[in-house]
Amino acid sequence: MEHRNEAIPKGPVMTHFSAMSLLKNALTGNKNWTEQWPDAQPKKEYDVIIVGAGGHGLGAAYYLAKEHGITNVAVIEKGWLGGGNTGRNTTIIRSNYLYDESAKLYDHALDLWDNLSTELNYNIMYSKRGVMMLAHNVHDVQSFQRHIHSNQLNGVDNRWLTTAEAKAFCPPLNVSPDARYPVMGAALQMRAGTARHDAVAWGYARAAAKRGVDIIQNCPVISIRRGADGSVEGVETAKGFIRAKKVAVSAAGHTSVIMQTAGVKMPLESYPLQALVSEPIKPIFPCVVMSNTVHAYISQSDKGELVIGSGTDQYVSYSQRGGLPLIEHTVAAICEVFPIFNRMRMLRKWGGIVDVTPDRSAILGKTPVKGLYVNCGWGTGGFKATPGAAHLLAWTVAKDEPHKLNAPFTLERFTTGRLIDEAAAAAVAH
Amino acid sequence: MLLINCPYCDDALPELEFAYAGEAHIARPADPSKLSDEEWRDFLFIRSNPRGLHAERWRHIHGCGRFFNALRDTVSDRFLTTYPAGQPRPDVTKLEAAE
Amino acid sequence: MNDYRIKGRGRVNPNRPVRFTFDGKTFSGFEGDTVASALLANGEHLMGRGFKYHRPRGVVTAGSEEPNALIGTSRGPGRFEPNTRATMQEIYSGLTTESQNKWPSLKFDLGAINDRLYMLFSAGFYYKTFMWPKSFWDKVYEPFIRRAAGLGRSPTELDPDHYASRYLHCDVLIVGSGPAGLAAALTAARSGASVTVVDEQAEMGGTLLSEPSPMIEGQPAWDWLATTLAELAGMPNVRLMHRTTAIGYYHQNMVGLCQKLTDHLSDVPADAPRERLWRVRAGQVILAQGAIERPMVFDGNDRPGVMMAGAAQTFLHRFGVKVGNRPVILTSHDSAWHTAFDLADAGCKVAAIVDTRTDIAPALMQAAMSRQIEVLTGHTATATGGRLRVKSIRVNPVRGGTVGAARTIACDAVLMCGGWTPSLHLFSHTKGSLDWDAKAKAYLPGHKTEAVHIAGAGRGLWGIAAALEDGAKAGADALRDLGRKAGAATYAVTGDRTGTGITQKELPTDRSPGSAKAFIDFQNDVTAKDIRLAVREGMRSIEHVKRYTTNGMATDQGKLSNMNGLTIASDALGKDIPQVGLTTFRPPYTPTTFGALAGYHKGSHFEVTRKTPIDSWAAENGAAFEPVALWRRAWYFPKAGEDMHAAVNRECRATRQSLGIFDASTLGKIEVSGPDAVEFMNRMYTNPWAKLAPGKCRYGLLLGEDGFIRDDGVIGRMRDDLFHVTTTTGGAARVLNMMEDYLQTEWPELQVWLTSTTEEWATIAINGPNARKLLAPLVEGQDMSDAAFPHMSVAECTVAGFPSRLFRISFTGELGFEVNVPARHGRALWEKLMAAGKPYDICPYGTETMHVLRAEKGYIIIGQDTDGTVTPEDAGIGWAIGKAKPDFVGKRSLARPDIVAKGRKQLVGLLTENPKTVLVEGAQIVLDPKQSKPMRMIGHVTSSYWSEALGRSIAMAVVEGGFDRMGDTLHIPTADGGSQAAKVTGCVFYDPEGDRLKVE
Repeated sequence: MEHRNEAIPKGPVMTHFSAMSLLKNALTGNKNWTEQWPDAQPKKEYDVIIVGAGGHGLGAAYYLAKEHGITNVAVIEKGWLGGGNTGRNTTIIRSNYLYDESAKLYDHALDLWDNLSTELNYNIMYSKRGVMMLAHNVHDVQSFQRHIHSNQLNGVDNRWLTTAEAKAFCPPLNVSPDARYPVMGAALQMRAGTARHDAVAWGYARAAAKRGVDIIQNCPVISIRRGADGSVEGVETAKGFIRAKKVAVSAAGHTSVIMQTAGVKMPLESYPLQALVSEPIKPIFPCVVMSNTVHAYISQSDKGELVIGSGTDQYVSYSQRGGLPLIEHTVAAICEVFPIFNRMRMLRKWGGIVDVTPDRSAILGKTPVKGLYVNCGWGTGGFKATPGAAHLLAWTVAKDEPHKLNAPFTLERFTTGRLIDEAAAAAVAH
Repeated sequence: MLLINCPYCDDALPELEFAYAGEAHIARPADPSKLSDEEWRDFLFIRSNPRGLHAERWRHIHGCGRFFNALRDTVSDRFLTTYPAGQPRPDVTKLEAAE
Repeated sequence: MNDYRIKGRGRVNPNRPVRFTFDGKTFSGFEGDTVASALLANGEHLMGRGFKYHRPRGVVTAGSEEPNALIGTSRGPGRFEPNTRATMQEIYSGLTTESQNKWPSLKFDLGAINDRLYMLFSAGFYYKTFMWPKSFWDKVYEPFIRRAAGLGRSPTELDPDHYASRYLHCDVLIVGSGPAGLAAALTAARSGASVTVVDEQAEMGGTLLSEPSPMIEGQPAWDWLATTLAELAGMPNVRLMHRTTAIGYYHQNMVGLCQKLTDHLSDVPADAPRERLWRVRAGQVILAQGAIERPMVFDGNDRPGVMMAGAAQTFLHRFGVKVGNRPVILTSHDSAWHTAFDLADAGCKVAAIVDTRTDIAPALMQAAMSRQIEVLTGHTATATGGRLRVKSIRVNPVRGGTVGAARTIACDAVLMCGGWTPSLHLFSHTKGSLDWDAKAKAYLPGHKTEAVHIAGAGRGLWGIAAALEDGAKAGADALRDLGRKAGAATYAVTGDRTGTGITQKELPTDRSPGSAKAFIDFQNDVTAKDIRLAVREGMRSIEHVKRYTTNGMATDQGKLSNMNGLTIASDALGKDIPQVGLTTFRPPYTPTTFGALAGYHKGSHFEVTRKTPIDSWAAENGAAFEPVALWRRAWYFPKAGEDMHAAVNRECRATRQSLGIFDASTLGKIEVSGPDAVEFMNRMYTNPWAKLAPGKCRYGLLLGEDGFIRDDGVIGRMRDDLFHVTTTTGGAARVLNMMEDYLQTEWPELQVWLTSTTEEWATIAINGPNARKLLAPLVEGQDMSDAAFPHMSVAECTVAGFPSRLFRISFTGELGFEVNVPARHGRALWEKLMAAGKPYDICPYGTETMHVLRAEKGYIIIGQDTDGTVTPEDAGIGWAIGKAKPDFVGKRSLARPDIVAKGRKQLVGLLTENPKTVLVEGAQIVLDPKQSKPMRMIGHVTSSYWSEALGRSIAMAVVEGGFDRMGDTLHIPTADGGSQAAKVTGCVFYDPEGDRLKVE
């Protein structure tokens, strides 16, 4: 949906990215590249304030400007843009979720991912390498078949691989029947893959700034101010009060704390999530492999590093530290499934803070406070949702009502009991 | 790996012996049937999730097996104190003064 | 050859020559050499190629921070690893090494064409292109980028080595065994505290190994080192660990160590672990990790032969190797002057000392003059010459900010020093603050979050005397914090080489700065220009600069590059360094082998496999197993020539027709006892328990507080105050934890005790019309008649002489019993029952047959027919709810609006139109199979089997409003695009009247 406003960029003039501009600039000593986003300082008032300059928040600002013609928008960030979970995740993108609501939401994101580099004029390196999820027992097989059948009827790409097919698709895989967790088959989503996480934040930031959005970094939001009628008036920040009738909170692990200042209590808990990379090696790993049973998630980045995801630590924390035992277990799980990597080395590990809801599905929509919107609870799945969540958050804010794709992801479901329980659906028991 | 003082065993022991059990001081209502849907939701799902001091439950699962409570700073992960289940949340100002 | 080895110098053993290979060519060195020092002794500087531009690269450092000299190392099949630092790998005979990232050879690498396209490969270039045409990304551009990336090649074989791990507790852990670490160790150890000292090098001593000339306590430094190490080694409270890297600093003074055990040995003892991971919990930690020398940033600073001055000093003193015959020193710090003097004294012709500073200590000038070394102060370096080895350096005077005329100095090595960066990585792991010290021009430790002390160069102190004094003080401080008393020793040092220096951005040049290839991150090929471009493009946070340029993200994790990158970024931003910030150091300190982290958790030890007391019998009798939770369970017992289908059909027939025997020992078992046991059970489970008489049992249903089904199992009341609770196999621990939680925290007033008895009992299920005939003769202490022991009874008696809890229950619909005997008798009982069952053709069956038989009767499996979103009403087992009970766990949630709403998914039976068709478990159900996608799905198949008893397929499914759809035809689309039709039925397919349970 192209708006008339689209024709009149409100922001600064920026170099268009292309092989041509790269060549032209190379010949002129790379001196003429423009800023990708200006160092904005807050104005007194905006139409919309988005709290949190991660991929979701920056993307929402971009779609507000592009699709809804709302350009008087500020994205306020306590640190540096893209520095939260956007820049700390293992970049897996997939949409093979079980429930219709989830599959449709994530597949909407996948559609947007597909064209995002061109749309943003920023190569976010979406690599459709295929995401393969390993089944290690009969329960996994049943669960994946359920996913596959549901996905196929929803028009979402996902198919079953036999053990031999899984090995052919990913040669480093250990398919010995004597393995502690033998591979009994796999579900493969071919459209799924990875993207360059920083580029997603930067691409949205640049495209939003180009349309006049202010991105205000190093500006912690202290509280959300509500007026006498209860509706939102703006936000108190480290750089003073900024007025806005609409505020959208998209602050991942910090959402609880910010929403509390508006008097909204959230069904959220923030847990440390760790990830690690190996030293870089030449291409050896052609896809993304996930094993929920042994808690191992692995792919190889464009830089050659094996990117490995871990589980969450057990306790609520904002420390971004995480413990050694979890890393030991994660690496052991990788070596169990891919024993040829035993002599590889861990290069660095880091922690993020993931906000988790009781049903492990996101909350994206309106709140009991007029003018206050929330996008949170993505748990470990936030990166893959980025364009979809951003697009739907923009819609919800612009229209003051949810899009049909995010309508089920309400805060009210925790009162009524209509949970979207992806975690319970995959529950292991027998 | 955290080092946790079990108030029953009176010993600081590695986190591997313990299981985290969520926010503390959320007592199950005496008669849930009297609660509104909103009140019941609050009991089931709403958590304070603070950035800072957090009262939380742990179980010394590979030890004495007992549940207990702890005050921990979620920013530094530092424990201020642990205390038996059923005891009220200690006054932090007194704790800090005592340090 | 060893042309560059100086006889009589170094700590290598000249009597023990060692041969190894590099790129197929054999080299020799001495015991004690690293690959780097041995290659340098042979005059080889070229050890690698750059990542992006494939420029020839030589060794830059002598330590673990080495960015360039990364090699593949191997000692035989399965023992290859990439990216090993040549500066850390000790040589041993049999070691095979290879260079990386080159084709066809290290000396002639076609990839070097990229160097010509330097301007095109600017920072972040890949974000700006490869977008058109879109279809080229997947097939052309991305594979090209990926092939170019990466350094070494991956191992491809199974690793034959194994790895160990240990815990360690000590009073004081000291990281680093240089003068500061050793002084701290002496202080702490002499007080009696338990002390552990670790050092990543093959030898302890740190800086002292490169600094033999000072006198400490009247002894030459190396003699003092030997005396000190001997004293420490002789103390029972001291543990010295070399080749051991402190990889990470975790909560509450837990430090992870990785110790290398065999990678330096020619002959590895059989079964010796390759590495060992230590998890140390220390009372106090002392970080004495020294400082890392910074490169100078100028055009051509990456040419082989250009290296750190401190490294040259290490190669000279520790290995007896001169890195060149005609070196030029390029420095802004006094330390490199001493390198020049040492090299000159060792016989090198030092071509010049080029210092960017103008104000040089007279003593240094004097010392240079006395050695006839030319000194050029106030100079910059603007280029280097040579291809595979530096041949010259171009230097210019700088006066008043203007770069003067160039002069080229011939040389075969350029030894640079751009100052020193305190090594505070581990301190940074603790989230301790790093504060900018304007005087030291360095980040120094600030606020501490752990019981840690930093000593020596880590605090910006310089020189051996200062390090000794500070180390002794840190030792005393640590003891004080432990509540021990200690006086810090003092050390008399003469000949100490203290000094100062400055740090700076890229060196000024008279050429176009745009075309200068002045490297900051050698391995990732990041230049000063890349940093400035990133800033120009709006990257203001140092994290953005780092990520945009990849500066500091190479395998040295920024040890050489971070501060230079930061200095240049802050210059470009026009801000002071502390305003720009610092990127976070993340564990591990140096790359750590996966195998060491995995430790013993490998293969069958990855996770325990729980086995029942009867598992060995099943294995001996050819069972196929399936993993269920942590257990392995007998899946089916194939006879010769049988596939799973045939075996299961036979097992089903045998059980329905005569007698089947099944190992149900994995079922969770919990003893609930005490005066309030019945009240407790009433509160936990949905069912009413008060009226259940002792000697009777009942199906129990457990919900979560959210109202959804969590677990189920048959529960027997043994006595008024004792329940024998069974749970699902996977749910045992969860259920016990949940019970304990409620008992301890919600209802502490209840007098109840909970005991897990899963492993105490072996459980054998006997099912089939002949079940009683088999059991009755073996049972003593219980009348087995139907009248005396009806369905849903439990008794304590003996079976085949073993004390037992005998249940009359059935999960098959046949006459059934479950015998629980103490686990140690499990296999004996099983074998007695097998023997006694011969007349009835007793048939052992596995979990698959169990599943079929229970499905024929519509008995649900929690986790298969329910999924955590299913209520009792949904599952059709609302009868298990004690409606009269005021409360039980989950009751309130069953009254929530969406739980009582119409249209919930309900568990029903499905009979396919084609009786031969067995539906796929997990398949989705629709009303109209011809609708276009996305289809509206109304449920899915949860269980589906071939029923041998019925001669047709059966299935269970959850379907929206399923109870109201009895008799309707639904459709199940298949993966191949087809569809199966099926009729909705009740869940009980076989013997709906339950007659078979009542066999007399």
